Amino acid sequence: MSQKELLKVNNLKQHFPIKGGILGRTVNHVKAVDDVTFDIYEGETLSVVGESGCGKSTTGRAILRLDEPTDGSIEFDGVDLLSLSRRDMRKKRKDLQVIFQDPYASLNPRQTVGKILTEAMAIQNAVPKEKRRERAIELLETVGLNADQIDRYPHEFSGGQRQRIGIARALSVDPKLIICDEAVSALDVSVQAQVLNLLKKLQREFNLTFLFIAHDLGVVRHISDRIIVMYLGKIVEIADKKSLFDNPQHPYTKALLSSIPTPDPEVKKERIILKGDVPSPINPPQGCRFHTRCPFATDICRQEVPELRNLDNMKEGHRAACHHIEKIAAEH
Amino acid sequence: MSQETILDIKDLRTSFLVEDFEVKAVDGVSFKLPKGKTIGIVGESGSGKSITAMSILQLLDKPGKIMGGEINFKGKDLTKLSEKEIQNIRGNEISMIFQEPMTSLNPVYTIGQQIRETLKVHQGLNKQNGTKKAIELLSLVGIPSPEQRVKQYPHELSGGMRQRVMIAMALACNPELLIADEPTTALDVTIQAQILELIKDLQKDLGMSVIMITHDMGVVAETCDYVAVMYGGKVVEYQDVKSIFKSPKHPYTVGLLNSIPRHDTDVDELEPIKGNVPSPKDMPVGCRFAPRCPFATELCEKELPSLDTQADGSEVRCWVYTDRWDGDPEVNVRESKRTAESE
Repeated sequence: MSQKELLKVNNLKQHFPIKGGILGRTVNHVKAVDDVTFDIYEGETLSVVGESGCGKSTTGRAILRLDEPTDGSIEFDGVDLLSLSRRDMRKKRKDLQVIFQDPYASLNPRQTVGKILTEAMAIQNAVPKEKRRERAIELLETVGLNADQIDRYPHEFSGGQRQRIGIARALSVDPKLIICDEAVSALDVSVQAQVLNLLKKLQREFNLTFLFIAHDLGVVRHISDRIIVMYLGKIVEIADKKSLFDNPQHPYTKALLSSIPTPDPEVKKERIILKGDVPSPINPPQGCRFHTRCPFATDICRQEVPELRNLDNMKEGHRAACHHIEKIAAEH
Repeated sequence: MSQETILDIKDLRTSFLVEDFEVKAVDGVSFKLPKGKTIGIVGESGSGKSITAMSILQLLDKPGKIMGGEINFKGKDLTKLSEKEIQNIRGNEISMIFQEPMTSLNPVYTIGQQIRETLKVHQGLNKQNGTKKAIELLSLVGIPSPEQRVKQYPHELSGGMRQRVMIAMALACNPELLIADEPTTALDVTIQAQILELIKDLQKDLGMSVIMITHDMGVVAETCDYVAVMYGGKVVEYQDVKSIFKSPKHPYTVGLLNSIPRHDTDVDELEPIKGNVPSPKDMPVGCRFAPRCPFATELCEKELPSLDTQADGSEVRCWVYTDRWDGDPEVNVRESKRTAESE
């Protein structure tokens, strides 16, 4: 793979203010994303996984500037996205598209499929007016729908078909990067498999880059090249797919992987069951954010925030943020 | 099966009557559950798995109605009981936990009040004893500092904690049968692991039988002893859990297993089932799965197969396993790798 960075995210912070009191003053912040740095290479699928509230969707929204980030920089194809005016950003969204989880809520129920697809092209002026309908038909066929369905409304389609329309709309402006925010989570497994295969096929055909946000590690293993694991607004581990599943280093990643039920009753595995819940992101724990649930936590974990590190037993590019990687590796 | 059977459902049919139109949500479901065991009911949305559970407890909303069949619980046919009699069984002998713990708890009452209500109705406990029992139940399901928690409202608890409260309420009267309808679907995986572990431990300690309704084959593999696969309101396959994963028989079960993206192995390309789940308003006349089945013949499209017991004890609803099969006699449902084309 040509290792050209398409997107560089540096020290991204997204803090949402909490207003309180009679004066409506900001009393505190939800630190949804706190100092996150990563790159996406052209043509790859990078997945972000984690549990609810870990900041994975917020990261995606911040890249698109659907929410204005608090701090940090986002560089896309050499352009600093945060320095663009709203107008220029809107133009830039031609290259950065998004597919959301709920395919029904994200399609206008009063527009036909044809209108939905041509509107995207019109806003970005991606296709000359007279060719738009033709292009829309082409797109429908690309995502596995029939050309004669172009004048139907979203409610006439099933969930899987609606997600295909969402994909067609994202493709309509020839984007470079597509952010898939839980794009297959709402679908039944037989239909989910159809959509996953479609995404893979489209990536090969159009040389797309995906930022894939998901909580299902089975889906993630199937579609990703590299994976980021987030916990409470921070990256705890980043690695290529094989290293992450075969040689996880962070205790949270290990627990997460061992928590997934395996669809095979003959497999007996050791399960690490974490105690307690994810703490609130309003007052995240000091030091390592995972220390309240970590079986290996010591004093240093309560005081110092661990950096992402690469060690000798890890492949290049595989990094984990834990003070005790060496100790844990030696014990097991 | 030589063990005692706690629940024996025969040909259950539940429909929703909408404007002279009958939507057959559950259309001939039969299965048995041996005492102390767990049965998984799996299927995709609209397969009728939740309606089956609701029918057992007769919690159907109008216009839902049980049209026929038997639900034998400890030898009694629940469909023949009066509303009053079923109320005695509900929450007492059979309990249920639902998917969304927030909507199943009343937001304006404290946790303690809600658990006490169950205890008062079914066991006649007064406030003091009720509170004592409520605290006991909360610590049983692993809630820290239960003395404080009984005074809290549902919104003060996290999703995992709420589901624990729901389980505590369901267990309040030591039910013999627990119906869990997607109990962990709304939870994160690390919390899901906690809750599944909890249900398993409690089942062992209390000797409960469990019906686990889920769409997640991973949950089935880890918690169930038997599995009933539902499609289009019907059970299409019933086997013990090991056999269903090792030698699935119905083409739908095979397709379902081939569709799962695995976190523990690499699969190059998933093999989805083509098409979509049929609408219950517009069910195919023959085998419900025929329009999506790669093996379907004319017979499949015209006539509905029955759920037949096979030589190895499994039950399958598919023409391939009958004398009347008119397709390729050598067909091997499992080995056909290509169950459907991706597009």
